[in-house]
Amino acid sequence: MPDAPPPIKATKKMKELMAGHFLGLDQAAREGRPKVAWCTSVGPAELLHAMGFAVYYPENHGALLGATRMATEVIPTANAAGYSPDICSYLTADVGAFLKGVTPLTQAYGIATVPKADVLVFNTNQCRDVEDWFAFYARHWNVPIVGVRSHRGLGEVKSHHVADVVAQFKDLIPTLERVSGNKFDLDRLRETVRLSKECTLRWRRVLELASRTPSPMTFFDHTIHMAPAVVLRGLPEAVEYYDLLLAEMDQRIADGVAAVPGERHRLYWEGMPVWGRLRMLSDLLSEAKAAVVASTYCNSWIFDAFDERDPFESMARAYLELFIVRDDEYKERYIHQWVERFGVKGVIFHDAKTCPNNSNNRYAMPQRLARNLGLSTLVLNGDLNDLRLFSDEQAKTNLEAFVEQMEELAA
Amino acid sequence: MKLAAGIDIGAAATKAAVLDPSGRLLGGAVLRTGVDFALAGARALDEALAQAGARPEELTAVFACGYGRKNLPLASETRTEIAAHAAAAYHFFPRALTVIDIGGQDNKIIKVNAQGQRLDFKMNRKCAAGTGAFLEEMALRLDLPLESMDSLARQAEDEARLGAFCTVFTATEVLGKIREGAPLSALVKGLFRSVIKRVLEMDSIEGAVVMTGGVVAHNPYLVEMMAQELGREVLTPPQPQLAGAIGVALIALRSHEPAR
Repeated sequence: MPDAPPPIKATKKMKELMAGHFLGLDQAAREGRPKVAWCTSVGPAELLHAMGFAVYYPENHGALLGATRMATEVIPTANAAGYSPDICSYLTADVGAFLKGVTPLTQAYGIATVPKADVLVFNTNQCRDVEDWFAFYARHWNVPIVGVRSHRGLGEVKSHHVADVVAQFKDLIPTLERVSGNKFDLDRLRETVRLSKECTLRWRRVLELASRTPSPMTFFDHTIHMAPAVVLRGLPEAVEYYDLLLAEMDQRIADGVAAVPGERHRLYWEGMPVWGRLRMLSDLLSEAKAAVVASTYCNSWIFDAFDERDPFESMARAYLELFIVRDDEYKERYIHQWVERFGVKGVIFHDAKTCPNNSNNRYAMPQRLARNLGLSTLVLNGDLNDLRLFSDEQAKTNLEAFVEQMEELAA
Repeated sequence: MKLAAGIDIGAAATKAAVLDPSGRLLGGAVLRTGVDFALAGARALDEALAQAGARPEELTAVFACGYGRKNLPLASETRTEIAAHAAAAYHFFPRALTVIDIGGQDNKIIKVNAQGQRLDFKMNRKCAAGTGAFLEEMALRLDLPLESMDSLARQAEDEARLGAFCTVFTATEVLGKIREGAPLSALVKGLFRSVIKRVLEMDSIEGAVVMTGGVVAHNPYLVEMMAQELGREVLTPPQPQLAGAIGVALIALRSHEPAR
């Protein structure tokens, strides 16, 4: 059997950056400056950085709760407080952890609690749950909550959609000025948008390298290395990080290093990761010589539209053009392009019980893709964070049988 | 004679099959799985070998499938039960098929093309609705021996309509029907219908239909009801409960065919 690939060396740098990010937020929250803004993961982070906030992303905390498997222990606390087990398990894990007074940041960085928000800024482009989530903290701390109520299910992103979101961004500014104590500065926004664009260009390149055969990285690597694109975009550190990672991956390609030794099958992951089972799924697929080379989830931090010459409009366009904001016709075209380019023969749809907006199997898309593109498709029932909704044995049998089926069809 | 064996360690029952080189079943066994998968597998194989009148050293290959497939040291290779049921169904009915396997813990719908390649499959979600476990739970609640359900359903002149998806909700519905005075036979037929509905919700049906698994083996009336529901013939292999074991033994035979 070919050797397992060496660990990705850039991970060390990423861990330092993440430690710096969380320790900086902790310090800001304790000292009261800079002010702390909570932001949804595909929300107007650029505007918040430009206003001088330390920006915290609760979805990243939700994913940490999932990956450390604390989520399943704390979700019941949120359920008992009235947050249904059927709603977003990032929300229920995060609120449950807060109510229990625990966080994975303690074990990782010695931080006692999540940073208290001075303002909460949401964008409902992903779902309504983010607003309800932030509203819990707004009530708890009696701090302002503002945000963008996005259009959803878009085919084409039209100028009136963009104009509306631009207007909503601009409406945020008076509150952000009052809370931060800083005047809005268009040039600072341009610079932040420019840095976000630089980050996103590099992140796109990282993802596109997986089109190589064998792929130097898999979806499971991407879910780890996307962290700077999520929480540090708009800052120079993210740009530097992806330069480092790209250099290492270019070397992997030059050396013929495969993320999945003996790669035989190339798959696409559609939907949320199962954060508490990344290792299990990665090992299982790797053993079956199946590489998940692309995913819509990790592509969600590609923002092609950013343009510092027109920061508001380009931000609005970037946050509206995302996959999750679009209609099914667009989504199918998008998946088609990626599977063709990446030489993918099978698509795994993760039906995340508590994340209907990011579970695209529910309106017969797997059947349409199988019929129209001749792909093998599999629906894996589970959840992003709530492992009460995930069966290890069923997942193993499903994935193993899926790869067996692809072997048979390839024979 | 060089023989092959397949062992299917399922959630409820462990099955073993011994085949001759032509794929003919020489011996089979069905045991409760219990908590020791390796022991259950070994015992089932011993029983199947005894029935075949064969010795262990005559086996060229032993393959395993089912939930306990990775816990059986005596098996040289494993396949999923999905591969195994498809292989068995196609062996007995070599044409484009939809295979419906109703197991103790889960259900599967597997599409096979005319060449015997699997095209697609679906497993039920974690919920036990529509599985053998559902019927066991209901038999317990109705204080009925499991083996009496088939003849009761067959005798039914009426059928209780049960609509709930969830096993627990169905049990509540059954209680309501008992209060209303529904005869036992109508209740059991309603439970069979519930299994059929849960299965048919999983996927579309194409080509010839083959049913496998323990529930089908013990309740042939359920197969007749399925045929009525679908308006077409439903095939079952001989000894449908052994289908997984036979299928994985067939795969073992093929894997050990000399290269031509």
